Amino acid sequence: MKQNQDTPLFKRLAEQDREPVLFTLDGLPAEGLAGDTVLTAILTQSSFVRGSDFTAEPRAGFCLMGACQDCWVRLGDGRRVRACATFVGPGLAVSRDPGRVL
Amino acid sequence: MSERIVIVGAGPAGVRAAQALVAQGVRPLLIDEGGRGGGQIYRQPPANFTRSANTLYGFEASKARSIHHTLESLRPHLDYQPDTLVWNGEHGVLDTLRQGSLAGRQRFDRLIIASGATDRVLPIPGWTLPGVYTLGAAQVALKFQGCAIGDPVVLAGSGPLLYLVAYQYAKAGATVATVLDTSPLQAQINAVPRLLTQPATFAKGLYYRAWLMAKRVPVYQGVTLLGVEGAERVTHVLWSMQGRVHALACNAIGFSHALRSETQLADLLGCSFAWSPLNRAWLPTRDELGRASVSGVYLAGDGAGILGADGAEITGELAAMAVLEDLGKRVDGKRRSQHLAALARLQRFRVGLETAFPFPTNWAVQAPDHLVVCRCEQVTAGEVRAAVRAGHWEVNRVKATCRAGMGRCQGRVCGVATVELIAGESGRPPEQVGRLRAQAPLKPLPFDLEIGP
Amino acid sequence: MTAVASDVIIVGGGIVGSSAALCLARAGRSVSVIERDFCGSRSSGVNYGGVRRQGRPLSQLPLSCRAHAIWGELAGWVGTDGEYTRSGHLKLARSEADLATLQAYALAVEPFGLGLQVMGRAELRRRFPWVGDVAAGASLCPDDGHANPRLVSPAFARAAQRQGAHLYEQTLVAEVTHNAGQFEVRSQAGQRFTAPWLLNCAGAWAGVLAAQFGEPVPMVAHHPAMLVTEPLPLFMTASTGVEGGGIYARQVARGNCVLGGGRGFAEGPDKARTGQAAILNILRNATELYPALAGAQAIRSWSGTEGYLPDNEPVLGPSLTCPGLLHGFGFAGAGFQIGPAAGEALAQCILAGEAAHSLAAFSIGRFTSLHHTGTL
Repeated sequence: MKQNQDTPLFKRLAEQDREPVLFTLDGLPAEGLAGDTVLTAILTQSSFVRGSDFTAEPRAGFCLMGACQDCWVRLGDGRRVRACATFVGPGLAVSRDPGRVL
Repeated sequence: MSERIVIVGAGPAGVRAAQALVAQGVRPLLIDEGGRGGGQIYRQPPANFTRSANTLYGFEASKARSIHHTLESLRPHLDYQPDTLVWNGEHGVLDTLRQGSLAGRQRFDRLIIASGATDRVLPIPGWTLPGVYTLGAAQVALKFQGCAIGDPVVLAGSGPLLYLVAYQYAKAGATVATVLDTSPLQAQINAVPRLLTQPATFAKGLYYRAWLMAKRVPVYQGVTLLGVEGAERVTHVLWSMQGRVHALACNAIGFSHALRSETQLADLLGCSFAWSPLNRAWLPTRDELGRASVSGVYLAGDGAGILGADGAEITGELAAMAVLEDLGKRVDGKRRSQHLAALARLQRFRVGLETAFPFPTNWAVQAPDHLVVCRCEQVTAGEVRAAVRAGHWEVNRVKATCRAGMGRCQGRVCGVATVELIAGESGRPPEQVGRLRAQAPLKPLPFDLEIGP
Repeated sequence: MTAVASDVIIVGGGIVGSSAALCLARAGRSVSVIERDFCGSRSSGVNYGGVRRQGRPLSQLPLSCRAHAIWGELAGWVGTDGEYTRSGHLKLARSEADLATLQAYALAVEPFGLGLQVMGRAELRRRFPWVGDVAAGASLCPDDGHANPRLVSPAFARAAQRQGAHLYEQTLVAEVTHNAGQFEVRSQAGQRFTAPWLLNCAGAWAGVLAAQFGEPVPMVAHHPAMLVTEPLPLFMTASTGVEGGGIYARQVARGNCVLGGGRGFAEGPDKARTGQAAILNILRNATELYPALAGAQAIRSWSGTEGYLPDNEPVLGPSLTCPGLLHGFGFAGAGFQIGPAAGEALAQCILAGEAAHSLAAFSIGRFTSLHHTGTL
């Protein structure tokens, strides 16, 4: 994943007047808005949420309703969650699995 | 009353079922995977969001509000478990997982399954790239998070959702670069008589089309989607029409072809299934009120066959009526007849929708071998075809051989495409290649989960 | 409908029946395999996938060692490697007492050349750091391993087919009769098969056929509980077992871990699945033995139907009541590795009059009042 090509995927169209939420993404400081899912918080500043299991290609979710299982991320306490179904919170440490090339 | 009545799903079907039960003095348990009720179509954004119901749901605002308010008013009269996944069902007991880590069990005497639906996906090359989503996902991003999946965005595929999402996006200020409908205009013209059985809905569809035209959003019909291009994310969509190939730059694409029912819980509970030509899918069998083949199990909403939100409200109430009848309580016969008549009209409309937005039966034959069909396991169309050529035609067998459907999503996304490929390669019609069997847990379960009280 | 005549009818297209079919077909005999589902789709196709000699009773080791040689030539036999790998089988001990049991076993099986290495806590930590601290030690069989049963078992059937055997899948046996040296099998659809030899390789359903020929056996069906994880970073360098029972695990090249332990239940005569209790048991207890599973997810469970006889030994060898009938069933959840040698042994009974390895320990006679001293 070339860092200089990593631009936001999602575009905020509404509801921008919400409290900012400071969290970390892969150890680096990041900012979302209260009420963002982890997926929204990631994809408003980046273009992937994980690397695929067999090709390490970038994935950014697909169904946004908990069905496709393509948005799993890791939290600081070791738990894995679906980014589309988990809200971002202050201090949440989110890390993205890079995947693997088989 | 000692019988434990459980409803799984708090979308329009589950909420109306709960309402009808509570009205007759039953205190059901309502379990929902979501945090707030409404299902997908009437999904509520987080509490601190400020857009009005009209902005969120457009013409369906009053229906959505009604579902939300009904659920709120029912709260004191039922047991409610949101944020709770049902991952298994056996012998009158459901296994649940609350908030991602707390395992529980719920005994039931009668169960209404209102599990809803997800987008039906026919993959195109490049569809695993960041920036590619289903139409349902595009709608969730906007409704639930106030975001566009990207900008400019292309919306593609077919079905009524295509035009609704395009309209919603453009109205919300997104740049809709184009709408690509794989259904030809002629199909929609042919469907008009049946679509007129629901004149209000039909009128809305026309309104969305007219509005898009007025805003000069290009709409193409009868297209073939060729694929999506990009290195690390979407940069272009490719399609062909009347022999010419077109490419259009975009940052996101939402695409799908109507919906598919979530039937896994009914399968685990041993319900019998039958092939539905209209849905081009196996669906759990039900009587006219929604009783499944297993005693004590009832089916409502899109989880038992795609009929839409209005149909879900009706079948939700009918399933509750069946429960009440089976409990020996009186039901309003007149209301039941009215509901059944309304359902019949909706069914005719549904046939009309299928005529207007037909399933692209040529998808399999034009899917290239290198196309990744199963995004969880990275299985290509070629590998599925090779499994068939090796002598396997039954879908569970093909799954065991080439791994399509073996990943985390258990075939929710790739199941339809896999069946179409097997049918195409084996020469068997899709209803004769078997049915993908559900296996517990229905969604991934974490190690070291806690056992709840 | 005219009857299909062949030299041998095999009821059951699992790994035992299919490997028998392959050996017979290679020797030029005509074979009809009658399978109720798809060949290799039942227990042979849904088991844990362990391919091990270690842990078997001594009585099985000669046959198991012969099977080990067959597995070493798997690609030559069936045309695919079926993801077979000699990862080593690490049998874990949870206590000093269990470790002593492993040591005693290693001593007892020395003549069979399994190359067992029994190690205490310190050596286990050093060589297999991914095993949890709860393990007191282990016994490693370096050349044991695991494979993908979904690929291997059907491959035996397909290989038999390529050698000329005929497979009749989705064919349920309705009736078997024996008259004047000929068996006749009638399927539910009315198809008829005749042959002078009949192999009863019907797995957990073989007891019905045995009983019909006056040799009832006290077989019970068990349903192993199995769970598979999402793909995970590779960390398991051997397939495991647990002395005294526990959660065993193996990791495939794609990264998924397959775990087993506990029991499932039957949904009907034809289907089994892992029960809730077994799934939760594995989820809650696996990280004690395999700490790297913390944070991982299980995505699917399954089960199968396996036949167990009271002594956990199979029935393998000639019928004592009906000449021409041979049995090969009841492998007590441990039929995958030994299956190819069991099938070969049955074929040898027909081709050479007797199996190369003594099958006396597996005689059906141990359950009947008849006492059988010789071979066929």
